[in-house]
Amino acid sequence: MASNLRILVPVKRVIDYAVKPRINKAQTAVETAGVKHSMNPFDELSVEEAVRLRERKAQPVEEIVAWSAGPAKAQDVLRTAMAMGADRSVHVQTADGPAGELEPLGVAKMLQKAVEEEKSNLVILGKQSIDDDANQTGQMLAGLLGWAQATQASKVEIKDDVCTVTREVDGGVETLRAKLPMVITTDLRLNEPRYASLPNIMKAKKKPLVKKALEDYGVDIKARLKTVKVAEPAQRQGGQKVEDVDGMIAKLKELGAL
Amino acid sequence: MFSTVRNTALRQARTQLRSVRPISLPHQSFVARLLSTLAVLEQREGKLNPGSLAAVTAAQKLGGPVTAFVAGSSIKGVADAAAKVKGLDKIIFVDNGAYDKGLPENYAPLLVENIKKGGFTHILAGHSAFGKNLLPRVAALLDVSQVSDITAIESEDTFVRPIYAGNAILTVQSSDPIKIITVRGTAFPAGETEGGSAQLEEGVDPKADSPTEWVSEDLAKSDRPDLATASKVVSGGRGLKSKEEFDRLMPPLADALGAAIGASRAAVDSGFADNSLQVGQTGKNVAPQLYLCAGISGAIQHLAGMKDSKVIAAINKDADAPIFQVADVGLVGDLFEKVPELTEKLKAQ
Repeated sequence: MASNLRILVPVKRVIDYAVKPRINKAQTAVETAGVKHSMNPFDELSVEEAVRLRERKAQPVEEIVAWSAGPAKAQDVLRTAMAMGADRSVHVQTADGPAGELEPLGVAKMLQKAVEEEKSNLVILGKQSIDDDANQTGQMLAGLLGWAQATQASKVEIKDDVCTVTREVDGGVETLRAKLPMVITTDLRLNEPRYASLPNIMKAKKKPLVKKALEDYGVDIKARLKTVKVAEPAQRQGGQKVEDVDGMIAKLKELGAL
Repeated sequence: MFSTVRNTALRQARTQLRSVRPISLPHQSFVARLLSTLAVLEQREGKLNPGSLAAVTAAQKLGGPVTAFVAGSSIKGVADAAAKVKGLDKIIFVDNGAYDKGLPENYAPLLVENIKKGGFTHILAGHSAFGKNLLPRVAALLDVSQVSDITAIESEDTFVRPIYAGNAILTVQSSDPIKIITVRGTAFPAGETEGGSAQLEEGVDPKADSPTEWVSEDLAKSDRPDLATASKVVSGGRGLKSKEEFDRLMPPLADALGAAIGASRAAVDSGFADNSLQVGQTGKNVAPQLYLCAGISGAIQHLAGMKDSKVIAAINKDADAPIFQVADVGLVGDLFEKVPELTEKLKAQ
């Protein structure tokens, strides 16, 4: 008999994707104070997919738990996840700013504990967060748990404990199959995340949100990587315009591109 | 006596290193003594993937001996091809069809065993679908952090990588005993595939089971150059309005230039082009000699994937489109007129 799905959805609060990040004067970090933040776009896809698995009813979903490690304001993204359909949340509070930043390995270790606590049998993460662009946490978690992994998923079907996942690879797609439990990371084409409606946003305020401290997990999250410098990328000397196609060809030849 | 001289020379070299970038001496000497790199190469149906040789190029920049790793069925041919790649000392091969599809569930334990056996300090692979899927799992099994998608190497433990969609460049120093790294292919172009003479050595095979089963694949077939490594790329965006127009305008232009075809996320989402053609933060990173785009406004997520191109040319009807801020050559005009005209004039050359 198919087991009920107990889905854990880790979400991360990041600088909004539409904001152009600024680097601080000391070149130690990207300026985050007073900058608009929102849920990592790939994590919205994760929440949406979890909710859709429930709505599709191919296999019963017992619970969807959203989880985030971040500063106090990370609760906002957990509320968003609950407004989209997650049942409850766990928030692990970290310090504000760069001091509170965790490495994917540390997050994966905490998630391993969270999976045990919540008795999850499916974890859906975004394929990468758009701030550090690491693309690691899901794979690391799967490794620590010894579970099957399907990264960069563009289609997920689960029936009778069997997950069939289509994933985006270089040059096309491939399809994998594995039995639960499993770690899946989402790619852009997986779905179109819903907007949280006002009534659902109001309801989400009443859903349970458990607060935890880093120490509660008892794992080694010591940083292995040290930021030496954060710098602006080299600026391009763009902006030259030509009048017509002939001008474009001439200029490209001049630049040695043709 | 000789050893004294050598020690002094070493100490001097270290002192110099420290004056540039202060790090602790014991750590430095540890790394200097043991530095040995494993480059994980990709194979597909018995053929070495030349794109994965970026890992070799990056490995050579570290200094120290470089070993390459390949695994799959009938792997001997791949190992022989890898042995000819310049700059490699040794090829470790594991002949087992279970590794053909690069499933990380069994490939990661396989790598871990061979890393431990060989005592490698640096493990490098391309930041491709294969490398991204596999290496973090390896890192977790070894309890080390990973440094993803590096674009430069400053020293054995210090690496440069873009963050925030390339809007910031992070220099990061790793304190882990084993450095697990994925490299950006466009930043470390593949070296020579002839002239090398590495030794072949059979690796250990722990034969771990994979809970995941590979079912099928559907790869876009194309006679054009591979997008990630092409020297010229033509790319279309939302401005093309439909798949019909995309297919009518872009392939002839690509053919006139001998270029690969790319697309913006908007074009892919609208169904004008296949997903695998997407250029940007969430698609492919390209850095060709020429990136010629039409109907692309230049959102930061798109720029992230192409702004290291040598020459960027853009055709867009909106003179204020952000793409013109990075384009070396910009043409303001209707792409439905300009692209065919450009194609004709290029063909006539």
